[in-house]
Amino acid sequence: MPEPLLTLAGVHTHIGQYHILQGVDLAVPRGELTMLLGRNGAGKTTALRTILGLWKASSGSIRFDQAEIAARETPDIASMGIAYVPETMGIFAGLSVKDNLVLAARESALDEARLENVFRFFPALRKFWFLPAGLLSGGQKQMLSISRAMIEPRKLVLIDEPTKGLAPAIINNLIEALKELKQTDTTILMVEQNFHAARSLGDGVAVMDSGRIVHTGRMADLAADEALQTRLLGLSLDVHQ
Amino acid sequence: MRAIDTLLSGDLPRSRLLALALGAILFALALAPFLFPGTRSLDVAAKVCIFIVLVASYDLLLGYTGIVSFAHTMFFGIGGYGIAIAMTRLDAGWSALAIGTAGALAVSLVLSLLVGLFSLRVKAIFFAMVTLAVASFFAILASQLSDLTGGEDGLTFKVPEFLRPGFRLLDEPVLGVVFGGKLITYYLVFTSALALFLGLLRAVNSPFGRVLLAIRENEFRAEALGYRTVVYRTLANCLSALVATLAGVLYALWLRYTGPNTTLDFAIMIDILLMVVIGGMGTMYGSILGTTLFIVAQNYLQDLMKMASGATRGIPLLPDLLHPDRWLLWLGVLFVVCVYYFPLGIVGRLRHGGARKG
Amino acid sequence: MTQPSDDQGPLPQARIDTIPLLILAGVVIVAFFLIGSASTWVTLTIAGVAMGLLIFIMASGLTLVFGLMDVMNFAHGLFIAIGAYVGVSTMKAFSSAAGSESFLENLGALAPTLLGAVVVAGLIGAFFERVIIRPVYGQHLKQILITTGGMIVAEQLIHVIWGPDLLPLPRPETLRGSFLVGDVAIEKFRLVAVVVGLSVFAAMMLVLNRTKIGLLIRAGVENKEMVEAMGYRVRRLFVWVFIVGSALAGLGGALWGMYQENVTVHIGAQMMVLIFIVIIIGGLGSVGGCFVGALLVGLVANYVGYLSPKVALGSNILLMMIVLFWRPQGLYPVNRQ
Repeated sequence: MPEPLLTLAGVHTHIGQYHILQGVDLAVPRGELTMLLGRNGAGKTTALRTILGLWKASSGSIRFDQAEIAARETPDIASMGIAYVPETMGIFAGLSVKDNLVLAARESALDEARLENVFRFFPALRKFWFLPAGLLSGGQKQMLSISRAMIEPRKLVLIDEPTKGLAPAIINNLIEALKELKQTDTTILMVEQNFHAARSLGDGVAVMDSGRIVHTGRMADLAADEALQTRLLGLSLDVHQ
Repeated sequence: MRAIDTLLSGDLPRSRLLALALGAILFALALAPFLFPGTRSLDVAAKVCIFIVLVASYDLLLGYTGIVSFAHTMFFGIGGYGIAIAMTRLDAGWSALAIGTAGALAVSLVLSLLVGLFSLRVKAIFFAMVTLAVASFFAILASQLSDLTGGEDGLTFKVPEFLRPGFRLLDEPVLGVVFGGKLITYYLVFTSALALFLGLLRAVNSPFGRVLLAIRENEFRAEALGYRTVVYRTLANCLSALVATLAGVLYALWLRYTGPNTTLDFAIMIDILLMVVIGGMGTMYGSILGTTLFIVAQNYLQDLMKMASGATRGIPLLPDLLHPDRWLLWLGVLFVVCVYYFPLGIVGRLRHGGARKG
Repeated sequence: MTQPSDDQGPLPQARIDTIPLLILAGVVIVAFFLIGSASTWVTLTIAGVAMGLLIFIMASGLTLVFGLMDVMNFAHGLFIAIGAYVGVSTMKAFSSAAGSESFLENLGALAPTLLGAVVVAGLIGAFFERVIIRPVYGQHLKQILITTGGMIVAEQLIHVIWGPDLLPLPRPETLRGSFLVGDVAIEKFRLVAVVVGLSVFAAMMLVLNRTKIGLLIRAGVENKEMVEAMGYRVRRLFVWVFIVGSALAGLGGALWGMYQENVTVHIGAQMMVLIFIVIIIGGLGSVGGCFVGALLVGLVANYVGYLSPKVALGSNILLMMIVLFWRPQGLYPVNRQ
């Protein structure tokens, strides 16, 4: 088995006086979409932010692409080929849709082919191309946020609850886009509460509780095992459908 | 010992050196008319007393609440103008003094409430900017409303008979000291300042003071614990303003004059900042050390620098840097060094050193 | 819940909030009727615009510095003073060119004066950022204290170098006096201020809207964390914004000194109050707001100065109060995360 793209070993993170991550061990295999599940407050968002250096790990090791990154600064980590789609979407509301994407394309000017690909999934973005992103609807903002992660090839994309608060039609649209992103050999680590999305996208799965990983396995196995779901997540995932 | 503990509200100096320094300053101020005869030194002593109160009241904001205000001199000025206006308009007696003081306190209370409610909800930076603007507005107002305030010239006024320099309590000097209005005024200033300082010390060591510290340390947490941080901050702001107003009353009473240059000048605001930080933020005793050091330096360091400047004549630049008018340069450098390396100022150094020895 | 994709819906319009601009226009119009004389009104309006643009030059850097890194530099006035004093020295060195009757030769004095102010203020800005600001990133209380302390020390050093006296900063010969258009007297130097001010504003708008650096600055003001998560170093960007802001303050200081024709040590501290008022009115971090706020302050100061000189000095603070009561975040609040 090849080395995973991302490996967390014994990662602890403190925010102020709160001890959020309490020894996270996690491997994200190359080319797969790993689902990170868990109850609210389990530390999923903190895990993503710690990988990116937005919170500093107080101890433990984070290896990405054969390099130790736990002590590095956020811009350096991101430059290694990691994109981030935060829960808050992180849209620059005062900038146009175009300028949001221009900034996301760090290496070069916007690539026409990739842009067409983005428009294919999210036609609304073409329509609002020159308008301030703040005017977009919630779903459109999420589309823009994901598009920013797709506009240039990235090795790893961290996505935090992209379906939160969105209507089912838009969620299906997003799922299709993310499936497409998976085809491009991009590794994805994704936090999700929506089971439908989690089941249709996840290859591997890791479940967090109280700042630790308490289960790892294949998404399909978890989806099939209701007893396990209840034990890990407190309730059957199917309820969420 | 118990009595001292009570008097100091349980907040003892906690360092032998600090206790020694404070004792020496208290001794010198208490007996200033006898120890340092002469008008200039008595002026210095009175100014030290008054500024200790002014600086301590500012420390309540800066050190204990973590708020930077540039409007402290405004409240100082309100006190001064309050009695100056009352004394010039009314009969220069005790009742005018009381009316002036009460009026000034009322104005300060309303203003500090307004400023507080208006801008304490927002960030420290915004508060600092707004108070700077408000204070400069007030200074302009004072110089423009010359009918009321005397404009740039300020107001010279008569004090109650008892406090006038011409008044004699004893016909003959005792121990070479004239027992007259000046002496009485000094002791009025001294005891008021002492009482106000002890009052502030009590306030910061009360449950109220501890909540302020909790807010300073972690606003978010204090809010979560159920403290209405805005309310506490506004209270601290008002208390601080009221004490500053009283200090302004005392200063005007001592000078028998109030004008923009003695109260509202931005330079005084800078002086207060320097005194608090050099003495030690968040340590009431810092205001005593900082003020004494600063005002003594202001009055006597220049003489020393004149000598040094003369001695270094011929060397480029150095005489200019040591020019007596540049004393503020060196205190400014000391200030910056304090903020970086000794956030608790002199008091912090003394206490730290004392703890190590003990 | 959000609406499903509204592809068929009407296109939302990009709108700039025009109310502050209307207020600005309203002030100009109301002043016309209050003043009564068209020629006086034109003169005052030009003076107000010139003053506003100079304030904008000095204030724009400060508001961006705050927006990007949450840093408020209470010593910003220092760069204004530096610019003015370097202007004094340079103008003196080029006094023969400045005294010439030829406009071109005058330019030969004006250009190095402004350039000198920009370069020296920028260099000192770089030093200041490294030594004074950097150690106290993110600590607001210390930041306010340390920059105030820096201001005290710097003001004293200016005393040491240039002395305590008021120094003259003469305008070049052909830029003195005014010319008449009809019965309207227009001071020549005010036109210079307007031209330089508008050029700076235009250049800044171009950079902020059309270049990647500018987009990054705007994005960083909104959400610094996200910009870093995209792989850009906001710190490095900030250093440059700080330096450019300082240099512009220097430029503004030199021009302001010439506008007043003399320079005192307090020039920085005096302008500081005005600048704070302007960036508070405009909305902290907003360049557009800073522009409108500066014009508003400049115009109101000139109109009120003519109509009721006693109130003039305080008019700006009253203006600030009114704006804050109406919009507590300023005219153009910046949406920051």
